[in-house]
This record gives sequence, structure tokens and C-alpha cells, in this order.
Amino acid sequence: MEQFEPDRLSPAQVAAMRRSFRNGRASLSRRSLLRASTGGALAVGGLGTLSACGIPAAGKTEGGVSSDDHSTKEKEVNFSNWTEYMDVDESEKHHPTLDTFTERTGIKVKYTEDINDNVEFFGKIKPQLAAGQDTGRDLICVTDWLAARLIRLGWVQKLDPANLPHAYANLSSQFRSPDWDPGRAYSYVWQGISTVIAFNKKALDGEEVKSISDLLDNPKLKGRVGFLSEMRDSIGMTLLDMGKDPGDFTADDYDAAIARIQKAVDKGQIRRFTGNDYTSDLSSGDFAACIAWAGDVVQLKADSPDIDFIIPDSGYMTSTDNLLVPNKARHKTNAERLIDYYYEPKAAAELAAYINYVCPVDGVKAELAKIDEDAANNPLIIPDKAMAAKSRAFRSLSSKEETEFETKFAKLTGA
Amino acid sequence: MATVTEAPPLAPAPEKKPPRKRGRWTPYLLLLPGLAWLLVFFALPMVYQASTSVQTGSLEQGYEVTWHFSTYWDALAEYYPQFLRSVLYAGSATILCLLLGYPLAYLIAFRAGRWRNLIMILVIAPFFTSFLIRTLAWKTILADGGPVVGALNSLHVLDVTSWLGMTAGDRVLATPLAVVCGLTYNFLPFMILPLYTSLERIDGRLHEAAGDLYAKPVTTFRKVTFPLSMPGVVSGTLLTFIPAAGDYVNADLLGSTDTRMIGNVIQSQFLRILDYPTAAALSFILMFAILIMVTLYIRKSGTEDLV
Repeated sequence: MEQFEPDRLSPAQVAAMRRSFRNGRASLSRRSLLRASTGGALAVGGLGTLSACGIPAAGKTEGGVSSDDHSTKEKEVNFSNWTEYMDVDESEKHHPTLDTFTERTGIKVKYTEDINDNVEFFGKIKPQLAAGQDTGRDLICVTDWLAARLIRLGWVQKLDPANLPHAYANLSSQFRSPDWDPGRAYSYVWQGISTVIAFNKKALDGEEVKSISDLLDNPKLKGRVGFLSEMRDSIGMTLLDMGKDPGDFTADDYDAAIARIQKAVDKGQIRRFTGNDYTSDLSSGDFAACIAWAGDVVQLKADSPDIDFIIPDSGYMTSTDNLLVPNKARHKTNAERLIDYYYEPKAAAELAAYINYVCPVDGVKAELAKIDEDAANNPLIIPDKAMAAKSRAFRSLSSKEETEFETKFAKLTGA
Repeated sequence: MATVTEAPPLAPAPEKKPPRKRGRWTPYLLLLPGLAWLLVFFALPMVYQASTSVQTGSLEQGYEVTWHFSTYWDALAEYYPQFLRSVLYAGSATILCLLLGYPLAYLIAFRAGRWRNLIMILVIAPFFTSFLIRTLAWKTILADGGPVVGALNSLHVLDVTSWLGMTAGDRVLATPLAVVCGLTYNFLPFMILPLYTSLERIDGRLHEAAGDLYAKPVTTFRKVTFPLSMPGVVSGTLLTFIPAAGDYVNADLLGSTDTRMIGNVIQSQFLRILDYPTAAALSFILMFAILIMVTLYIRKSGTEDLV
């Protein structure tokens, strides 16, 4: 009698067993996967179709492209802004300053908080603007370098000064004439953002931080220093520390600043380049000190007594978030009236009392003092003369420089 | 990734009645939404990306297809460290997921009894919160002064990992270890679910039969259970490895400058530097690299089923 040997099953038997284990399901098999991937590769191989999809040049039109202005017929304006960048009432549903605007003018504001990140927002609106279409937005709020890019590309409209009497009269001199929009033909400041050095006293453990050099060189802070992933803030602060002016520097100066930071990265001094998420690192003490945005620090300071900030003797960076009217917007006049409204001291004060950024409106101090005395005396919200004198803005970059500088900075951050 | 569509088996026409027209077209009509979906959201973007990767130009001047294939070589030469790192991190995370997930899936399939559903819910529950928030929570858990790092420190675990180059000094955050842990955590359910499905399908009588034939528990596992769970192992590892290799959130939030993965490079090329051709070329290189690795892996593992 032949002995049963389990190892010597015939291929047919093995196959039969397998089938039964599989419950007869025609499952996704290796063979079908391989077949499909070959098919996919062949489809991609139809390269003839590829040349059909170039990206057209950005339609460059001096002064932007207007559409028919429906402002008088349609009493509305679509305003896209960053999250938590507007006053809210206790119910967290209404925005008192916007409601006042609607009451007074009859213009309804469709307020959307759909901007989280400049680069992402640019990616979002680029296809429509490049194709010369309406984005569905009448007013957008973006940081100065992106505003400069949008103006350079001709994707935003020139504003009508006749609709902006308060804005023209009350804009702080500090913000009047950036090199990317001389005389504010296209843009008005929503809020100013100061970039300072923040620290956690507990984590510093007696060490003193007074300058960017301290962040980059103090060996006691090794691995507990944070820089911002926003190129202009990190490089700008470093340039200032090196005695250069971020408003007027050369490519060599830029390279020197990169090399200076690279040295600290190589030593392991810098822990991370962060976006807004530095706030959690700072409050947990993982960052002993970091470059930070003053608006956040005012908030953090209110929550934790350990957090504080310092303005380096060499100066600090100021950037701005700007209101712009994109091409083909349907309600341009309404948008301009809304901009102008926020340059009335009373509305500006109500907003400033709520959001803690640098208020760009002159003559707001007295109004703000009525609402919140502390805020009115806080140089981070209403800069005094000494503060304003130390403030610097990053110069505008050409498209070529922007690519080159961002590439170098990306290498520095590891990607 | 490779997407599989199988042509529907056309039912052989019954011999007596001539086939009615409506019946013959039904399978195609049923397929239509799926195919349209694939065409619009998979095939067209692929063609568009492939085209972008061989274009040159700038935002101002527009981009034109110039068949500039050297973008691929330049991208590969420049960013191969990030490629290798992605494969290494995703591979480590996959192995860790398998080591952690297999015993758990085994427990749920064979030993959990009436607790089975509860444990399954515990595995899936974290998915109810956002990926980002869960990753941010790890920053709190692994904070420098926190209890986890304190315990690891006093047990001298961090000395060992630091010597291995996985951590730096007395911290876990902003090190390769943190990134791999984050990847492991975020993709663990993708490993457990297919493992559980294939283990649960195993007939319990096979274990009894193995016992009857004097197989020790270890032998039973080696000769019966594990081979039968191979489909689950293969699909689990694929479901973990493929998304992990392209992930950038973990490297961004839990890592540092020396832990950036290829996903971070693609993100910064696409959004910050605005070098769309390089970004598209990098995406294609990543896709083909994964396709080749997966093909080799499936051949090697010798399993027919993927589900």
C-alpha cells in the first residue's frame, strides 16, 4: 500500500485545495494586477496626447481685467479671508463689524474663511485666473509676497480711489508705498504681521535670548530652536541680525544668510522649520525659543505666563496681509466700499480689539482705548515710534529670484 | 497606483432564445459610472501630469511640452536621498505594522470570542478623527518633558536608539524614530483589517487536524495558519507601504530637516517653488518605483490572491 506523503501532492491537487480555500471567489489576483499595470503603462504610452496639454501663459494685462460691475444691481460682496481673522460675537455666528457694514450700506457680505495657507490658496485660484475666469470672489486677503505675485501676473484689478476716501486718508505711513505696489494702486492692508522672537521661560531655564545669533549659536539651546518655514521671515530676521537690510539685499547676502542658518541646521541646533504649528511646540517647551508671529504670541502669552517675546535690537520683520480684487470679480465697487469701511477708525478699532495684529489704520488708538485700554497701549497692535522705526519689510522679488531663493530655502529645510 | 478593472464575463447566450439586446448591454451600462470615474479622476490627471513632467517654461511665459526628459534625471540625481529615505521609513513602518498587527488580528479572529466586535471598534475608532489631529496628538504624547520620553530615558532605551542614529540626544520628536512611529500608528488599521479578514476565513478544523497529526502549536502556525493568511499579509503590507511611501504629514510634523521624505519634496516643488515639471516628474518616479517594487514583491511572495 502506498504511504500517504503530504509533501508530494500533485499540482492539480494543490490547485484544487487552493480553490476551495478561496471559497471560489474570483478575487483580485496577481495575474490580473500585472495585466492591468501593463495596460496602464501602454495607455500612458500614448504620448501623442501629451503635447496637447501645455499650460497657457498667464494672461498679463496691465491694470487687471474687469468684468461688468454688478454692484448696484446685486447688493452683495464675496469676501474670502483667513480663519479667525475677523471679530465674532458671543454666539460665534455673527461678525459685528460686517453686520454694521450691511446695516449701513445694504450690501450683504458673503464671508468665507477658505484661506489657510498662501501657497495652497494660490494653487486653488490659479486655474481660474490663468484662464481668465471669475473666481467667484470679489475680495481676497493674501500675504504681501503673494499679493506682489498676483499683481505681477496681472490677475488683480486696479482699485478706484474715488471709492476709497477713508483708506486713502487713514493708511499708516509705514504701509503706504511698498515696492511691489507703489501708492497702493491695487491693494490695501488688512492687518500687519510682526515677526519677533518668542521664548518659553521655563524651557530656557535661565538662558537669555536677545537676538537671532543667540538662537543660532547658543549650545545650551541645541535642538530646541524653531525657525519658520516662511522663507521671508526666517531669512529676513537672519539678514537683519547680520546687519543687512531685508528691503535691499543682494543674492550674495541671501546666500550668506542661507549658509549661516545651514551651519545651525548641520549642528542640530534647529529642531524644525514650522508653519503655524510652532505654537504647540512653544507652549509644550519643546521649543525653548523660536521665530514667531506677534499676533500668536499675544494670544499665547494670555494663556501661559511662561511665554514671552523680544524684539531684537537689529530690528524685526513686518509683513502684511492685503485685500485685493481678483480679475472678473462681479462686485468690485462693493468690495471697494468694504475695504474703505475697515479704514474708518471705529470699525478698525473693533476689529483690532478682537484679533491682536498690527492695525494699519491711523487714528485708531483713541477708539481702541474706549474698548480695550491694554490693547491700545500694546505696541504689537498699535506700534509706537520706536517700534515702527525698527520694522523692516522684505523687498519684492522677480519671478526668477523667487524660484531661485525658494529652491535654496527648500534645500535648507530638507526638501 | 495600478487600478484593476476586469472585463465582465459575458454570459454565454442561452441556446434556445436569441439574446435580447437590452440584456447584452446591461453589464456595460453598469460599468459605465465606474469607467467614467476612472477616466475623469485617474486617467486624465495621469495624462496631464505626464505631460507636465516633460514641459518647460515659467508661470509668466506659460509651459510648453518640449519633451524635456532630463527633468527626470535631474530630479532623481537631486532627490535620491529623499527617495531612499521614503522607502526605508515606509518599509520600517510596514514591518512594524505587521509585527504589531498580526498578533492582534490573530487574537480578534480566533481568541476574542464575544469581545471581537469591541476590539474591532477599538481598531477602527481612531479613524473617526482627522489624520492631522491624530498626528498632532503624537507631538503631545512624545513631548520632550513628557512621561513617555522620561520613561524611555530612564530605561536607557534612548541611548540605544541614539547610538543607532534613530534619535538625537534625549528626545524622540523631530527624529527618524518619531516619523516611523507616526507612520506605523497611522497605517496600522490598514494592516489589521486585511489580516483579520484572511485569518477569519481559515477553517478552525484545519487547526484541529494539525493537532491530530501531532503538530506543535508553532508548527501549526508555520505550516497552516501563516501560509493561509498570506493573502492578508500581502494586501496588508501593500495597503501600508504604498501610502506610507508617499506620506508627507508625518515627516513634516514629527520630523526634522534630516527626515524629509519624497512627499515633502513634491509638496514644496509644487506649491512653494512652483516648479511643476519637477514636481510631476518626481510623482511619476515615485509611482513607477512603487509599481516595480510591488510587482517584484507579489511575484516573490507567490500568492495568487490579494484580498
